[in-house]
Amino acid sequence: MSNPAATAKMAAKPRKSSVRPSAFKLLARNHLALVGAMILAVVIIAALITPWLPLTDPDATDPANRLLRPLTDGHFLGTDHLGRDLLSRLLWGTRVSLAVGISASLFAAVFGSAIGIISGYFGGRTDNVLMRGIDMVMAFPYILLALAIVAALGPGLMNALYAIAVVNIPFFARNIRGVTVGIAHREFVDAARLSGKGHIRILLSEILPNVMPVIVITMSTTVGWMILETAGLSFLGLGAQPPQADLGSMLGEGRKLITTALHLSAIPGGMIFLLVMSINLLGDGIRDVLDPRLKSGALARPAPVTRIDRSKTLTTEKGAGANTKTGTGPILAVEDLRTEFVLGDDVYKAVGGVSFNVGRNECVGLVGESGSGKSVTALSLLGLVASPPGTIVGGRVMLDGRDVFAMRDSEIRAIRGGRAAYVFQDPLSTLHPLFSVGDQLVEAIRAHNRVSYKDAWAKAVLLLRMVRIPNPEQRADSYPHQLSGGMRQRVGIAMALANEPELIIADEPTTALDVTVQAQILKLMNNLRTEHGTSVLFITHDFGVVSEICDRVAVMYAGQIVEMGTTQQVLQQPAHPYTKRLIDCVPRLGEAKRNVVAIPGLPPAVNNLPVGCAFAERCDRADDTCRAGAVALDDLGAGHAVRCVKPMGGDHV
Amino acid sequence: MHVYILRRLVLMVPVLFGLTVIVFLIMSLIPGDPALAILGSYATPENVAKLRADLGLDKSLISQYWIWLTHMLHGDFGRSYSLNRPVLDEILERFGATLILAGTSLVLCTILGLLTGVVSAVRQYGWADKTLTFVVLIGISVPSFWLGLMMMLLFAVNLRWLPVSGMYAIYGGGDLPDLLRHLVMPSITLAVVATGVIARLTRSNMLEVLRQDYIRTARAKGLDERRVIYRHAFKAALVNVIPVIGVQAGFVLGGAVYIETVFQWPGIGRMLVTAIATRDILLVQGGVVIVAASYVLFNLFADVLQHLIDPRVKA
Repeated sequence: MSNPAATAKMAAKPRKSSVRPSAFKLLARNHLALVGAMILAVVIIAALITPWLPLTDPDATDPANRLLRPLTDGHFLGTDHLGRDLLSRLLWGTRVSLAVGISASLFAAVFGSAIGIISGYFGGRTDNVLMRGIDMVMAFPYILLALAIVAALGPGLMNALYAIAVVNIPFFARNIRGVTVGIAHREFVDAARLSGKGHIRILLSEILPNVMPVIVITMSTTVGWMILETAGLSFLGLGAQPPQADLGSMLGEGRKLITTALHLSAIPGGMIFLLVMSINLLGDGIRDVLDPRLKSGALARPAPVTRIDRSKTLTTEKGAGANTKTGTGPILAVEDLRTEFVLGDDVYKAVGGVSFNVGRNECVGLVGESGSGKSVTALSLLGLVASPPGTIVGGRVMLDGRDVFAMRDSEIRAIRGGRAAYVFQDPLSTLHPLFSVGDQLVEAIRAHNRVSYKDAWAKAVLLLRMVRIPNPEQRADSYPHQLSGGMRQRVGIAMALANEPELIIADEPTTALDVTVQAQILKLMNNLRTEHGTSVLFITHDFGVVSEICDRVAVMYAGQIVEMGTTQQVLQQPAHPYTKRLIDCVPRLGEAKRNVVAIPGLPPAVNNLPVGCAFAERCDRADDTCRAGAVALDDLGAGHAVRCVKPMGGDHV
Repeated sequence: MHVYILRRLVLMVPVLFGLTVIVFLIMSLIPGDPALAILGSYATPENVAKLRADLGLDKSLISQYWIWLTHMLHGDFGRSYSLNRPVLDEILERFGATLILAGTSLVLCTILGLLTGVVSAVRQYGWADKTLTFVVLIGISVPSFWLGLMMMLLFAVNLRWLPVSGMYAIYGGGDLPDLLRHLVMPSITLAVVATGVIARLTRSNMLEVLRQDYIRTARAKGLDERRVIYRHAFKAALVNVIPVIGVQAGFVLGGAVYIETVFQWPGIGRMLVTAIATRDILLVQGGVVIVAASYVLFNLFADVLQHLIDPRVKA
């Protein structure tokens, strides 16, 4: 029955998407990081070749030429209070500062990572003892601990290095531990353990390579700090001691003459700044490259209303739009709706031309597997698809005869939660965790009505009672995490009902709930519909739910409607093989022998849709005619339509 | 709520205990004989022996720690050798100055950091965001002690808008306006780095929160965008930023060491630097313990604040 060969073929098909660019390419694409890398490279090269540069001895005093200004002959950056050449001292000082900063960073990285890996890998008591110790060290203000260490060991560059390295160990230990805990019990580590490898070998060959990126990120973010802090200690006279000089001690000396010879403090301080900034720029770039979340651009802020590509939508002009008669036709009319997601070079056609109506006081089901585009369709109706990356690229949504995509943002906002309201799937993530449910209901009410907080609160309690929440007066003060899943969904429904909407768009409102609660919620919604005359667009993957509540149903697959009709037509005479399969997924009471089978294979990726029928690869009736070209939605009469070359039921073949 | 604060206060005890252990252990790192280090190499053997006995150095490490701890709990932090007065007196005299400076900076960096972060997130990739991101980058890269010097030169020496250094004017000063005028440059300088850190964190947290489902719900309710951002998103982001503000209190208290030195602010930071240079170990010990303890209190405060905002946080 299943067609593994076809599925395998589909999976093996070369992906259209371009190969992910390499880390270095990504880094090079980040202009700021590139600038940072270039400055840093120049400074490091200058520091490295300093001994071979034609410079005067940095410690050679020349009292006759003391405190010369920059750009004097023979002294490009001038001289200090002892007549020493500042350029030479700056380069030698930079060498020292860089060496100390990098050494301290390596020192902290080695010891901190070792503590983190051991703590995370062994866990239990080891972890507890080590981490309590790290917490103790972190309980100190950062520099203060370094000062205490220098106070004990005595001022000096090496002691400053140790002090700064020690206070940075906790950052490494914590970060590395976190990552190690995550991989310590993964399959490849277990496999290594079963193959008889010792702990040390596992740590070095399995764990270390996997935590390396985190070590690099932590180093790139802390090395700048360490250079800054060692310079600070030297500035205070606790680091490099004369005649040895680093940038910090040069600044400390220059400070005494700040009013007479500005260049003595401005130049070394500027060098520290330049160095630290270039490291931070590069560090940010490295972090962006190694942090996969940032790569996809997934952290872009979604706009309040989905971007609408007006050049392609059916809308003519903004504001007025193609408004037709209101109050007569269907409450919701969707025409050729198209919504796409652009991720990198890929375009995902999540909704590819969907048309349907919802009549007054009607409940229409939108059914399909996850990824079929039903939720995106629902969110597109009032522009709630996150954008970026989503864009509505075509079609028209008429709400009570008014064109939604032609409206201003403020008009859309007035409709949201007003004439049309949403009920979402998982109320734990869709209710705000930090506001009481009463507060959130009050907000919904006051967004559309000028009422006092007190009156709104009274109405909120009323709404909670309406959705059968016991003790609504007390429950209104509860936070979402204090309620059960069923209760939360009731709150979600109460919120949708707050302003007596004409249309409720329910996006899988019962999916996260267990069966008894599901039945209660469905009953509740049905009652509300009959009592208030509300129209409902009900999104679900479950034909069992559809049969209980919907008047008509539209089946979606790969962003298109493949079958549409009254619930009775579709349930009793499904014309599309996909619909038939979906119906077969529902277990029925008293039919123990029935085979509840999942549909084999996966829906096609919507960035790589086939030319012909999108379901052909999973369909056992498919042949070459199905794959030849786009299939139209054919009317079978009596409002029943199907998008299939060879619909089931015999008489249409 | 009271139970929560009480529990946190009880939990503070082992932390404070651990702090003293670490300070004590670090001080026992002093190479050679601390008595000799304090008295210098010309000290007579009798004086060294007397000081060793005074300091309890002839006893075991554990009993030395116990003596130090019990004395400290009785308010006896020992006597400063360089200043020839009780350590606690010196610390109490200077602690207020440090608190005024660090407190002002903490308020500044919290307000400016949150503001910058939110504006940056709301205008993501716009010119305001790009400018602010760059300014923040400069802020976290600039050495605060250098920035302080340059500001001092510009605003105090050249423009004469503000006093050069100190906490009060020597003649005719001493009132609040005088203090505020002296406070401007040090507090701003001290706040720069922490502002940058808080701004970055606020920006990334805001962007993270704005993608959450409950923000979509808020929009689906028909709330206007201002309310969505400043009430729904900001509150959720703030919960994650508050602990970091607590951590910044540590950076500000530590950074005060530089800024107090640069601006001749009569606080504990400057006292510590002088004490280290003169090898006045007891003064260093006392100062470090007091500042570290006040940092622990700051963090407790941040935890309580977070608990107030986030009903999900359990003690």
